[in-house]
Amino acid sequence: MSLDIQHIRGQFPILHTEVYGKPLVYFDNAATTHKPARVVNKVNEIYHTLNSNIHRGVHYLSNQATLAYEEARKKVQLFVNAPNSHEIIFTSGATAAINLMATSFGDTYIKEGDEVIISTMEHHSNIVPWQLMCKRKKAVLKVIPLFENGELDMQAFENLLSEKTKLVSVAYVSNSLGTVNAIPEIIEKAHSNNTPVMVDAAQAVQHLNVDVQELDVDFLVFSGHKIYGPTGTGVLYGKEKYLNEMEPWQGGGEMIKSVSFEETTYNELPFKFEAGTPNIAGVVGLGEAIDFVSELGLDNIAAYEHELLQYATARLNEIEGMRIIGTANNKSSVISFLVKEIHPFDLGTMLDKMGIAIRTGHHCAQPVMDFYKIPGTMRASLAVYNTKEEIDKLVDGINKVAVLFG
Amino acid sequence: MTIQEIQEEIVEEFSSFDEWMDKYAYLIELGNDLEPFDDTYRLDQNLLDGCQSKVWLHAWMDDGKVYYMGDSDAIIVKGIVALMIRALSGQTPEAILDNELSFIDKIGLKEHLSPTRSNGLVAMIKQMRLFALAFKAKQV
Ligand SMILES: Cc1ncc(COP(=O)(O)O)c(C=O)c1O
Repeated sequence: MSLDIQHIRGQFPILHTEVYGKPLVYFDNAATTHKPARVVNKVNEIYHTLNSNIHRGVHYLSNQATLAYEEARKKVQLFVNAPNSHEIIFTSGATAAINLMATSFGDTYIKEGDEVIISTMEHHSNIVPWQLMCKRKKAVLKVIPLFENGELDMQAFENLLSEKTKLVSVAYVSNSLGTVNAIPEIIEKAHSNNTPVMVDAAQAVQHLNVDVQELDVDFLVFSGHKIYGPTGTGVLYGKEKYLNEMEPWQGGGEMIKSVSFEETTYNELPFKFEAGTPNIAGVVGLGEAIDFVSELGLDNIAAYEHELLQYATARLNEIEGMRIIGTANNKSSVISFLVKEIHPFDLGTMLDKMGIAIRTGHHCAQPVMDFYKIPGTMRASLAVYNTKEEIDKLVDGINKVAVLFG
Repeated sequence: MTIQEIQEEIVEEFSSFDEWMDKYAYLIELGNDLEPFDDTYRLDQNLLDGCQSKVWLHAWMDDGKVYYMGDSDAIIVKGIVALMIRALSGQTPEAILDNELSFIDKIGLKEHLSPTRSNGLVAMIKQMRLFALAFKAKQV
């Protein structure tokens, strides 16, 4: 099915705003996507009609709020095809989910001298929590190297695996290069080494179908705000057998069964990992965002975005001095680039004046920039509401600006 | 010229640009024309790392006046650095500390001095004043 993009655009009021008197062209979707009206309305509706704390009140509103919150959990479960809804843990974002993992998984399974494998292309959120954990546990962080085109060196990955490897944690899609990693192969290799795998799907779930059972992935995280949902929402999926064994992350209300000063028994899954009052309205909004994406169909989204990516890549390559960073065979709709010797900040500033929003800098992936020996890039990241006309504007804008820099 | 007079001169210059493109083209020109930064001063202690772009700043005192040398890896930022240097270099520490830099706002470039831009310019203005303060303290 081909999507009606103008109809989709109509559901995003912010796309019709003007910046500096020019129509907004938004290409910073990897940082955060915009929210369709139905998501914003849903959040509003929660506050207006069933605001209440969840899981603890006997009263009507609390019950309704709990039902809405748990319905969102069910939606996420079906969305990633998790076997059980209690394997879905709500967090404040991918970062929080990875910190939960680093702490809880680390405390439970990792000892001195053990190893965790990540990759060169990880977002800082999938680096720093593991560094902190390794420091606490005197464990060792191993890093899968990159090839020049932005693909992971799978042979090197295999060589890193050993009986010391306790976890592999890699991005499904790189936020700085757009590379779609060979996750099935990574999981297969790790599993034959008896090592579980965590996938950072923050840049994946909004672009491609993710089925945790088909992948047989052990843990998967993503952020709500990058998939058309509210900020302050995120998800950790984990296999029941691990989540049951893992130590809790944060302590507080809701996550306990009984508390005395001698001993506290923890609540069952998923509540064991959801201490305190969560982002109730946000989570329900995330459920709505998932409906939005599911109704469009991820296969349709992927097909359209692939068309956009190919068009954008071809058009950008027409620009003199264009250098695209990240040319993997399998790419998602993220394009990092440099033009001649122009500093990303300069080009980004000028494009901003034309109403075109792109990201400049290291994209929280400094090791990637170090690998290419560049300080940063410009990044255009596309979403389902972007159009070829907008890509033309970007290309025209770059051409217009480039002459000024000589 | 006093700092005030220089500021007025800059505002006058920029008032001739109707189009934002012309304004930025001029900034780029100013950046390109900025006196080269002496690499012996390209030290970590002179680096104001703004995350998005880098600014280097060196200052010295000669005959009661403060002189600045600056640079940036981003040319637009470098153009603004050039304007700052033009306004403050060769002035007394007292004059530097007493004068508000109002011209940036008046020529419509205030957004570049917002902390959210993290381009090193905010840190640079602060550092220029700190140099003046330090030289003033040394004088007495
Ligand atoms: C690959 C990847 N992982 C993790 C994150 C962190 O997400 P958040 O800031 O929403 O927690 C991001 C955000 O840019 C990302 O792109």
